[in-house]
Amino acid sequence: MLEQDLTPDLLAQVQQAVHTRTHLKIVGGNSKSFYGTPTSATALLEVSGHRGIVSYEPSELVVKVRAGTRLTDLTQLLTDHGQMLAFEPPGFASEATIGGTIACGFSGPRRPFAGSARDSVLGCTLINGNAECLAFGGQVMKNVAGFDVSRLMVGALGQLGVLLDISLRVVPMPEAEITVTRTLSSAHQALELMQQWQREPWPFSALVYDGNKLMMRLSGAETAVHSAASQLGGDIDLNGDLFWRQLREQQLDFFRDAENLWRISIAPATPLLDIEGEWLLDWGGAQRWLKSPVYSEHIHQTVAALNGHAVCFRGSDKTDWLRLEPGLMNVHKKIRQAFDPYRLLNPHRFSPEL
Amino acid sequence: MPSLLNARFIAQCRSVLGAENLIIEPEMLRAYECDALVALRNLPEMVALPESVEQVQALMKLCYEYDVPVVARGAGTGLAGGALPVTNGIVLGLSKMQRILAIDQENRTARVQPGVRNLAISEAAKSYSLYYAPDPSSQIACTIGGNIAENSGGVHCLKYGLTVHNVLQLKFVTIEGELLTFGGSGLDAPGYDLLALTIGSEGLLGIVVEATVRLLPCQPCTQVLLAAFDSIENAGNAVAAVIAGRLVPAGLELMDNAAIRVTDDFVHANYPIDAEAILLCEFDGLLEQVDADLKKTKAILKENGATSIRTAKDSEERKLFWAGRKAAFPAVGRISADYYCMDGTIPRKHLAKVLTQITRFASDLGLKVVNVFHAGDGNLHPLILYDAGHPGEYEKAEQLGGQILELCVAVGGSITGEHGVGVEKLNHMCVQFSSVELRQFERLKAAFDSKNLLNPGKVIPSLHRCAEFGRMHVHKGQLPYPELERF
Repeated sequence: MLEQDLTPDLLAQVQQAVHTRTHLKIVGGNSKSFYGTPTSATALLEVSGHRGIVSYEPSELVVKVRAGTRLTDLTQLLTDHGQMLAFEPPGFASEATIGGTIACGFSGPRRPFAGSARDSVLGCTLINGNAECLAFGGQVMKNVAGFDVSRLMVGALGQLGVLLDISLRVVPMPEAEITVTRTLSSAHQALELMQQWQREPWPFSALVYDGNKLMMRLSGAETAVHSAASQLGGDIDLNGDLFWRQLREQQLDFFRDAENLWRISIAPATPLLDIEGEWLLDWGGAQRWLKSPVYSEHIHQTVAALNGHAVCFRGSDKTDWLRLEPGLMNVHKKIRQAFDPYRLLNPHRFSPEL
Repeated sequence: MPSLLNARFIAQCRSVLGAENLIIEPEMLRAYECDALVALRNLPEMVALPESVEQVQALMKLCYEYDVPVVARGAGTGLAGGALPVTNGIVLGLSKMQRILAIDQENRTARVQPGVRNLAISEAAKSYSLYYAPDPSSQIACTIGGNIAENSGGVHCLKYGLTVHNVLQLKFVTIEGELLTFGGSGLDAPGYDLLALTIGSEGLLGIVVEATVRLLPCQPCTQVLLAAFDSIENAGNAVAAVIAGRLVPAGLELMDNAAIRVTDDFVHANYPIDAEAILLCEFDGLLEQVDADLKKTKAILKENGATSIRTAKDSEERKLFWAGRKAAFPAVGRISADYYCMDGTIPRKHLAKVLTQITRFASDLGLKVVNVFHAGDGNLHPLILYDAGHPGEYEKAEQLGGQILELCVAVGGSITGEHGVGVEKLNHMCVQFSSVELRQFERLKAAFDSKNLLNPGKVIPSLHRCAEFGRMHVHKGQLPYPELERF
């Protein structure tokens, strides 16, 4: 893996941008530009060259990595040491970087059982919109010194700072993983079963209903996962790994030809929503993918009424992409102001107001 | 002594909250003059004990209008002086908002008011075979509001995370009295992660008036090992080896010889009192999982020089093993007039080195230290023994505490793992952060609190304070904060 520290160069570019008030479009592998709304910035700040592992000690369960490092390189390194990122991030392309992954805050099928991208972040170094280089958090599991700025960066789409390096908690790969499937035609029944099982202490690491099958992944000691599988009942799918990878990377048939793919984040036991379209229920019901031709307003309103959130994950329907009530939008603006007073970093990436 | 607060402000508070929810009599105010960091005290001008979200909002509007500083307080069990009253300010006690509003069995959540005790959540969820995972040692008394302010951990956070990993939604009142909702009913809401920002913000950004927390299914099987070692080094290496051995214990605790002796005297946990260190290692999950983990762990502990390994034979013995660990603080209280509990974190690999160095620092100052801590996540809790009755001893204990925290930072750790900064670690924030980082914290605070009324003077040290502190602690020959004027 190519190792390269471009900190001075990146800092100089942001300094120059501050000086000239130039808006910057932060780009890693450019694998997730479909997400959010397009930035109005045109000048590129390319981070993908800033790459390499800064430190990794498996027994500390921490890896510190430069933001431009490819996600595939990082996961390969961890795999070689029997470890992994707990949040099972999607890459969506081989060029995907860890910086972009954290800036988007995407987590994969393991998320409800092993924590989110944000949960795995222990620290980071960033350049804020004043061209100051700042470090927050650290490389220890527990650290409550000052505001948790490093976790605030997760999902902020680069608007609060250019990520330079990130320290992540890693976890051991489970000794065994098996996938068990059950054919079920009723989505309602599938949802109910998922809730019942999640109230019980099974060693799940993924739980999804794809419209035909209820798929569960069990992780842990060999004896434990087989005991759980036989008690839960169903067929063991020896190609389970492929399914979870395709689900994570949105390569299943469900994700093909979606004009608008919506991500609905909602309480897992919420009954099936009355919105026309095709559904895939991931995260045990807490993350629901919807392919729908329905007008965004209806989707936003239906989900908001249930205290959930909807975003058009892929597609053209970007109307009011990030829906926030005025009070919350105001807080967002003030936080943005605190980190990037001239709004130079990825402006409009969430909405015209941010 | 007449109150320094504006009489109109007091009258308006009375009309909003009712006289029964206000304390202004000095003798009654005494109960609020400090939290569990008892060395620091300051009498508040007034204590307000609102009973509803609306009352909190109205009170905040008044504080904002009259520029009155507000210190929020839960049960007052904090160890860093986060709830220490500030001069000319009021204390906002949330103890009357102590209802569990809902246990949602289907979604495995509890919606609670901030004054609900940590343990009360698990007690209420027990009939559904669910529980709330973060378990700070003060969980009988401490409140969820305080846990959120401090991002509290506990014995089991190695596997189950800190408070920040277990909260789904917060209702939050700003200094202007506005009610906002952060997070949502699902996981990972789009937008900036306001939950991550507010959890652990020590009352500097707003007042949490309601929390929805995640509940987990109770595990069918729990088992604990007690391993003895004849050196701290071996015990420290064993901790690293267990973690490297792809095991995730629910808890992994270390006690040194001083701690073993003092707690065994107190609770008769039947600890091996001649051991230089013991490890308590707990696993939970399905029976098959726990069996497999125990087998692997025993082999690793043996390889790393454990002189004896005992597995609790039943739940009674398991409780006894833990009783010693849990009684460590009160046990130390029996042998020493006073003790000062530190809270630093370090990378696990430096465990033995740091403990040896702490002993050296302590003996240089003529003090004793007892070590009990969360070894699995490198979170040290050295207890510095001293006698406040002896002139100069408190100052020495403080000095030793400072040395320990600076050592934690020097080996790549943090000045606080779970107790927070409060007022106690203001100076050490100057060691952990640069002036530009501290200024970023200030700007972030100002985004929520432009008048600096929420717990002012806590967590973020002024740059002048850092300059003063730095004058005594010059690092690597460099004068810190060179941009500041010197007096």
